[in-house]
Amino acid sequence: MEIASIYQYYAKWIREGRLPVSSDWNKDLKIKFTVQDPCQIIRKSYGDPVADDLRFVVKSIVGEENFIDMTPNKSNNFCCGGGGGFLQSGYPDQRRQYGRIKFDQIMATGADYCIAACHNCHAQIHDLAEHYGASYGTVHLWTLICLSMGILGPNEREYLRDDLKEVNVFHPETAM
Amino acid sequence: MGEAAIKLEGKKKSTFMDKVKEMLPEGGNLNLCLTCGACSSGCPATGIEGMDPRKFLRMAALGLDEEITHTPWVWMCSMCQRCIYVCPMKIDIPRLVYFARQSWPREERPKGILGSCDMALKNESCSAMGASPDDFRFVVEDVLGEYQEAQPEFAEMEAPIDKEGAEFFLNQNSREPVTEPDEMVPLWKILHKAGVNWTYGSKGWGGENYCMFLADDEGWKHIVATSIKQARDLGCKVYLNTE
Repeated sequence: MEIASIYQYYAKWIREGRLPVSSDWNKDLKIKFTVQDPCQIIRKSYGDPVADDLRFVVKSIVGEENFIDMTPNKSNNFCCGGGGGFLQSGYPDQRRQYGRIKFDQIMATGADYCIAACHNCHAQIHDLAEHYGASYGTVHLWTLICLSMGILGPNEREYLRDDLKEVNVFHPETAM
Repeated sequence: MGEAAIKLEGKKKSTFMDKVKEMLPEGGNLNLCLTCGACSSGCPATGIEGMDPRKFLRMAALGLDEEITHTPWVWMCSMCQRCIYVCPMKIDIPRLVYFARQSWPREERPKGILGSCDMALKNESCSAMGASPDDFRFVVEDVLGEYQEAQPEFAEMEAPIDKEGAEFFLNQNSREPVTEPDEMVPLWKILHKAGVNWTYGSKGWGGENYCMFLADDEGWKHIVATSIKQARDLGCKVYLNTE
């Protein structure tokens, strides 16, 4: 049995034309995105080829000109501090001290959103923004893939900020 | 004239590091350290609790077993392996950290990690939030029905559990079904759009593994084995990590 990351398959399905994604929605908005490379998937498992797949997906859905990479990145990326059980270990001060490097990296990109497709990364990067008082959003990859295909409903936007709450809404009448 | 070198007397006792070396391929390269500091200079945990990866390894090499098996720093290193990645000698410091975690009596390890591991061992879901297979099925079916009705373009969308012969087996982080079920829907839509033949498993659907973080080998293995067995029993070809 093959053990794979869904990033590989998102990229494959886009390349095969099975996911009709488009970045047109962001042509005029020009909302900027960066992406977190989860240690577990990239450095510890599949390496740079899957980091490249992840970037291919991100650029396909937000537009190449609206993607800003962190430095360093891919297999050389910094852990956000949400991994290894840190979120549950009962050391929140140390966890945020650890995450300061990640926070500064994200801020240096100037991006409006950090895409975090791993749940530990998502929780930590979201918490870092709140703790250090930044306005960037932390969003899952699947949210943006659906947004870019025009099939993201109003109740699937928990992690979008006001700038994207009303963009390309699918079945807006179902808002709860 | 230089002074004669000081020779340490006495028989060398077996240290924590020696024991770890025996368990790792190539001894984890633990005795190859050049003390260059590449590990520490690029480690976000450097400086926390007065510790860093190089210092931790040097202390282990010096046999300061008491100190390295008691510092809470081992729970502040996320075992992200960046230190190995940048190390010219590929020294496995994270695995040394892992075994230092394991040297703590199980009940004295961090409560949050311990509790999440124990939750996952409670039933066959292997969910760190303790959701049972029935809970999971209920939430998935409930949310699916709601969206099939509200968004007619997705009336045929599926979110199967234990579908025999599905090509893909997907795991699911417990956070969605337990705390924010609407967040599962974008994933299902993508799979539907791409025409993917997929399934969740009633057993081993939980995507997280806190027993691994707890350094509980048995629990870690149990969770992985339960999930993989379910995927194999259903005849799936690809085990897909959804994060």
